[in-house]
Amino acid sequence: MLAYIVRRVLYAIPILVGVNLITFVLFFVVNTPDDMARMQLGAKRVTSEAIEKWKAERGYDKPLLFNAAAPRGAKLTQTVFYEKSVRLFAFDFGAAEDNRDIANEIRMRMWPSLALAVPVLIVGLAVNITFALFMAFFRATYLDFWGVVLCVALMSISALFYIIGGQYVASKLWHLVPISGYAGGFDAAKFLVLPVLIGVLAGIGSGGRWYRTLFLEEMSRDYVRTARAKGLAESVVLFRHVLKNAMIPILTGVVVVIPLLFMGSLLSESFFGIPGLGSYTIDAIQAQDFAVVRSMVFIGSVLYILGLLLTDLSYTLVDPRIRLQ
Amino acid sequence: MPFLPFPLFTDVLLWLLMGAIALYVWYCSRKPHLGAPWARVFQSRTAAICAVVFGCYVAIGFADSLHFRVRLQQAAGSEGTPYSPAVLSVLDLALTHLRERRERTYSAPLATRLYAKEQFEIDGKPVRDFPRLRYGGARLQDEAERPRDIAARIGLGLFVAAFAAVLIGLAVKRLRRRRPQIPWSAGGATLLGVLAAALPVLFLSFEYHVFGTDKVGQDVLYQALKSIRISLIIGTLTTLVLLPLGMALGVMAGYFKGWIDDAIQYLYTTLNSIPGVLLIAAAVLMMQVVIDRHAEWFSTAEQRADLRLLVLCAILGLTSWTGLARLLRGEALKLSQLEYIQAAHAFGVADTRILTRHILPNVAHIVIIAMVMDFSGLVLAEAVLSYVGVGVDPATTSFGTMINAARLEMGREPIVWWSLAAAFVFMFVLVLAANLFADAVRDGFDPRVRMGFVPA
Repeated sequence: MLAYIVRRVLYAIPILVGVNLITFVLFFVVNTPDDMARMQLGAKRVTSEAIEKWKAERGYDKPLLFNAAAPRGAKLTQTVFYEKSVRLFAFDFGAAEDNRDIANEIRMRMWPSLALAVPVLIVGLAVNITFALFMAFFRATYLDFWGVVLCVALMSISALFYIIGGQYVASKLWHLVPISGYAGGFDAAKFLVLPVLIGVLAGIGSGGRWYRTLFLEEMSRDYVRTARAKGLAESVVLFRHVLKNAMIPILTGVVVVIPLLFMGSLLSESFFGIPGLGSYTIDAIQAQDFAVVRSMVFIGSVLYILGLLLTDLSYTLVDPRIRLQ
Repeated sequence: MPFLPFPLFTDVLLWLLMGAIALYVWYCSRKPHLGAPWARVFQSRTAAICAVVFGCYVAIGFADSLHFRVRLQQAAGSEGTPYSPAVLSVLDLALTHLRERRERTYSAPLATRLYAKEQFEIDGKPVRDFPRLRYGGARLQDEAERPRDIAARIGLGLFVAAFAAVLIGLAVKRLRRRRPQIPWSAGGATLLGVLAAALPVLFLSFEYHVFGTDKVGQDVLYQALKSIRISLIIGTLTTLVLLPLGMALGVMAGYFKGWIDDAIQYLYTTLNSIPGVLLIAAAVLMMQVVIDRHAEWFSTAEQRADLRLLVLCAILGLTSWTGLARLLRGEALKLSQLEYIQAAHAFGVADTRILTRHILPNVAHIVIIAMVMDFSGLVLAEAVLSYVGVGVDPATTSFGTMINAARLEMGREPIVWWSLAAAFVFMFVLVLAANLFADAVRDGFDPRVRMGFVPA
């Protein structure tokens, strides 16, 4: 088991190197630091001194890969690649355009993101499983049919409409909750209720339908027939046997997204003004703050790989038949 | 010529894609084993209904994909024929009455007056009131006649639709006799429903702004119709990039195994691990720089917006082939163990031939299912990406830019809801039809569903 984990962690290294290379190529080769400077400084006619100054301030004035002018031993380290890309491995993200430390910013913004994403995940899971069980219980009836139709209809609505509609109804029409904003501590609850509800609602379509398929697939297994043959009530079959076995694919599917919860939700956070990592990312994209985007790409891939590892481990925990070597 | 055909990149690709699909249909119609799953698909009523709805969208999208530039009056003493810098499409031509009748700013659906009060003079006295629209309901002498006028136009539309109903009924009857297994009546009823909704709108649109006007006074119905093309392009052209990559790499990984498999798996795990929106955002931002730097490549603004759209499709394709590749890898892994492939090996058939002749046709159903399933997701993604600011060119009207512009007006009192409503209705119908059609295609093609292993 330990050997397996070590091997998986080692396997993650080439992937992170690959991610790093892709971002490096995208950010520094396809478009050179000169272009970045021109984009940031805005004006069409920027003097070359201004560009040089901008680059020097941010450390983009060094050569990309090999610095022939540097002293021995620093020929590879005094380069853009080393300072901007390799250092990400040490979680050294540098500073954003407004000179704030990115690592610090991430530590601060992580909590609002989690405060929104964790309830959405847990409540969403409960609602989706309940809805899917309901459809599975009434399978091949009109309730099931219209349930699926409702799922497909919910899936066909853009997430933007859920948010805009929810904000309009709950905040403008009924004045139940503030339209957007955030506060620390327990005051956060009144700002979070609406985004959580909307997040859950937006997920019912795809989640409910997917879990229904899982349940129905499980219900065509032999052990279900045996359970029915020995005279168990349909509800007992469903809740005690099918639900338990279907939890294996459901839980392992959830585990992969757990680390990514840290990244926050792009849309909800920016619509509801929650100062999390999702809105940080969107702001960075819109302000074209490449240092932040680069850091978020790196963190996102680390978390994704972590999620994959956790998924494999969770298989062994929930399903004793699986052994990892 | 009074006009100059001016095909944009995406037009050409869209028409090529249409040609390829036509070729595929023709090929399927000659091979019964290829046509059978499609016949199964179209036996379902849902599929027939969705196909009709989707066909209406496609018709609008293709009418909007024939671009040209109108010839201008030749100035005295100038060389060559001058053409207007504005690139128009056949759809623009058909909707001239919507395109050219611009109001000053917002106006509600079917309104005769502007949304905002203005200062103007009546009989020499300054009044502050809602001014009459320049075009919306301008022909009415008395505004009290408006409800009657609207009712008359709707009635006229329904009357024409009733006339069409007779024709459709006759056609359905004849078609049903020829191919009774296809649910023609459901398709015909849907077509009738679409006509019954579209014809009154058409007759109303000659006099009113059916979905109101936006901030700069442009007709919202016109914008919604223009957005359809963008959605179709994003949903289809992306698959042009996605399919070859996903198919080639997925099948190769599963068939060759060994280091090729490792390399391809490494590639897609790496791409997958980068958060999708960020990768797309990074790539789009970079392309934006390239496009801005080479202003000389484009003779018109439409071309520039069009290239950005094309690049967006390519980027979406480059970032989303991984799912298909993983599916195909698993399938190819399974197929390469089967006896008929072993036999082909024993006969000394070359690898490339085994791949193209024996493996690819046997994974085709997965490819088709994936392609249809991806469409709706891509249409929805466009709206989100445009909101983030990395979608289509801000000057292009798409559902995303429509929602984005309308979102900023949420705070107004009374609320400006019509842009959102129009985008919602047009997008919802398109995505719903695509989703339901995709389900029907999956049921028709997936052998597991047909054999009863998986409940549909």
